[in-house]
Amino acid sequence: MQQLSYFELVGFGPNGWGWALLTATGMTLAVAVCGFLIGSVVGTFVAWAKVGGNLAIRGIADGYTTVLRGIPDLLVIYLFYFGGSAALGAIGSLFGAEGFIGVPAFVTGALAIGIISGAYQAEVFRGAYQVVSKGEIEAARSVGMHRWLMFRRIIAPQVLRYAIPGLGNTWQLVLKESALISVTGLVELLRQSHIAAGSTRRPFDFYLTAAVLYLLITWVSTYLFQRAENHSMRGIRRAS
Amino acid sequence: MKLFKAFGLGLLASALALGGAAAQERTVKIATEGAYAPWNFTGPGGKLEGFEIDLANDLCARMKVKCEIMAQDWDGIIPALQAKKYDAIMAGMNITDKRLEVINFSLPYASTPHGWGVMKDSPLAKLPGTGTTVSIDKDPEAAKKAIEAWKPLLKGKTVGVQGSTVNSQFLEKYLKDVVEIREYKTTEQHDLDLTAGRVDAIFAGHGALKATQEKPEFKDMVITGTGMRGDVLGRGVAVGMRKDDAELKKSFDEAIQAAIKDGTVKKLSEKWFKIDATPQA
Amino acid sequence: MDFAFMKETFLSLLSGVPLTLNLAFTSVAFGTVFAMILALMRLSGVSVLAAVAQAYVFVFRGTPLLVQIFLIYYGLGQFRPALQEWGLWIFFREPYWCAVLALTLNTAAYASEIIRGGLQSVPHQQVEAARACGMSGFLLFRRIVFPIAVRQALPAYGSEIILMVKATSLASIITMMEVTGIAAKLISQTFRAVEIFVVAGLIYLIINFIITRIVMAIEWWLSPHLRRPPAVEPRLEAAHV
Repeated sequence: MQQLSYFELVGFGPNGWGWALLTATGMTLAVAVCGFLIGSVVGTFVAWAKVGGNLAIRGIADGYTTVLRGIPDLLVIYLFYFGGSAALGAIGSLFGAEGFIGVPAFVTGALAIGIISGAYQAEVFRGAYQVVSKGEIEAARSVGMHRWLMFRRIIAPQVLRYAIPGLGNTWQLVLKESALISVTGLVELLRQSHIAAGSTRRPFDFYLTAAVLYLLITWVSTYLFQRAENHSMRGIRRAS
Repeated sequence: MKLFKAFGLGLLASALALGGAAAQERTVKIATEGAYAPWNFTGPGGKLEGFEIDLANDLCARMKVKCEIMAQDWDGIIPALQAKKYDAIMAGMNITDKRLEVINFSLPYASTPHGWGVMKDSPLAKLPGTGTTVSIDKDPEAAKKAIEAWKPLLKGKTVGVQGSTVNSQFLEKYLKDVVEIREYKTTEQHDLDLTAGRVDAIFAGHGALKATQEKPEFKDMVITGTGMRGDVLGRGVAVGMRKDDAELKKSFDEAIQAAIKDGTVKKLSEKWFKIDATPQA
Repeated sequence: MDFAFMKETFLSLLSGVPLTLNLAFTSVAFGTVFAMILALMRLSGVSVLAAVAQAYVFVFRGTPLLVQIFLIYYGLGQFRPALQEWGLWIFFREPYWCAVLALTLNTAAYASEIIRGGLQSVPHQQVEAARACGMSGFLLFRRIVFPIAVRQALPAYGSEIILMVKATSLASIITMMEVTGIAAKLISQTFRAVEIFVVAGLIYLIINFIITRIVMAIEWWLSPHLRRPPAVEPRLEAAHV
């Protein structure tokens, strides 16, 4: 058996892992985007709890962010993976459902990332909310806007504007976190690289390829977030 | 309101229909590792292949169920079975007392001895007993002698082994004070570290070691020392299942018996291991 | 929940704490030195140096730490003959040093940004005042710039240390028996994943709580003129994953 060249290994030929790596990159993007969106929803609620909740709710929200930021993400993912379906199974058997209540690795992964990044996004949203001037909120109230309308028309657009840089950071975090999901068996980019490295005994070639693909995603998304930031700030005069 | 009722009824009906369908043709989810050639591994392009993949397909056809085979990291493979991620494990897993405490096993469908893999130029290439096999259960005296004979050569060496396996338990039990044990997540990883020289030897199943030798980078690896069976090394490789899944065990047992009887296991093991790994009665 | 079992687990996991702390602090120490060099390169005004530093930061912040660890440990193993020739193999042979190297390179990228922020936050009036008093060069840096920068950077640096403690859990994947590594081993013996991971999480929480308190104490000690510890939130930095 002849040693394959690098380009045969990662190419699309009969012995190449090209398609597998591309599919896996798609999976990485999919799980990262879903996790990020779940994190946004979680983050919004937690930020709201921290800003407007009563003492008990605020305590819970603070506890959540402290715990999530204090324990390794790898542990959170393991816990979700092993604990998630055990919990669901217990709930299921209460309602008489027998047997298999499996949560696919994709769902566990996206949820775990969502819960972890939610803690970071909550801080981003809270910081951005504090920039929205009190006067605007009072003005909105005085013209008779209700909570939801005010949130939709006044608060959300401004918070989003100031949150974009922070969200960009969190997105990068989520992207890199998705690599940890590989431990649950979801075939995303890192896991596919493992499999290929193990199967071909050529770890350097595959891990390097994975690193380059991650960098590429980072690079493109940094550019997109920068554009979004410029767009959202187009009406704001910045002190220089 | 009416709409809701209709919707609810529809949901209920579809749930019932699903339940009915499941009773007729069960889908059995089988977990494998996908990194333990030739038992189960991932080929170019990411497809699962190997002895157990072929055997699983054969068994499922005999059991008349639909099977779905998925890859799962080895060190979480039993907890995830208990967490109902899948129904069965076929991943070169040996029957041991420790595992029997938490899960159930089918009848064994294969069995190979376990031994050492070292590089040709290593002093360990001369470990005594190469080519012979001994069972710790059947002949404890001979097994003890064989292990004692290794000790002077192994003293102070670093040994790679996959964690949570019968192999790591064997090292813990018999050679803990002699060698430095380093636990890896997959056998592929300790193979890499053997060629990289980070470990002096690896301890694994002979089937896996033979498959490793086939790779061009491992042409200088040799299998040495007495092959070991029994005791913590287990009583053969079998399908792992949850304890409450008696029905599944029954159908797996019947299918395995049939597959051993008509020579399917022999045929498949000769294809993948180049030896007959049919378990001895 | 089985509390007797959890207590036993807690005690066994404690034996991994020294290695966890060792990995975290060794790499933070090396990483800080390296980060200083990177930050000074960025601020040097020499465009080549600045570009190199910037590219370094981009690469190491843009890829998952796990990929970096695998690349250094298994990837470089592929080049053993060359590394042996240069006498570097003694270093790369040990999983401990591979883990420290990966963590160091990674934290240096993040920390250099924190240090750069700290250095840039020094008000230029202060520097001008010092110059007017006749200070210059190293004296100016040592007496004025550095102390102010350290105080500014400290909260963010505290978060960085915590992120490093968390990141050490990834070293378990290359055979290091720190807290997560021991947890994985216990699971393979008992098959009780959830309880063991909960206890492991608790240990990390305790470690990080103590570190947070220590950093806060240093902050308080370094700002005698403020004495009301600033309620500034540490800048949110992406974690090392």
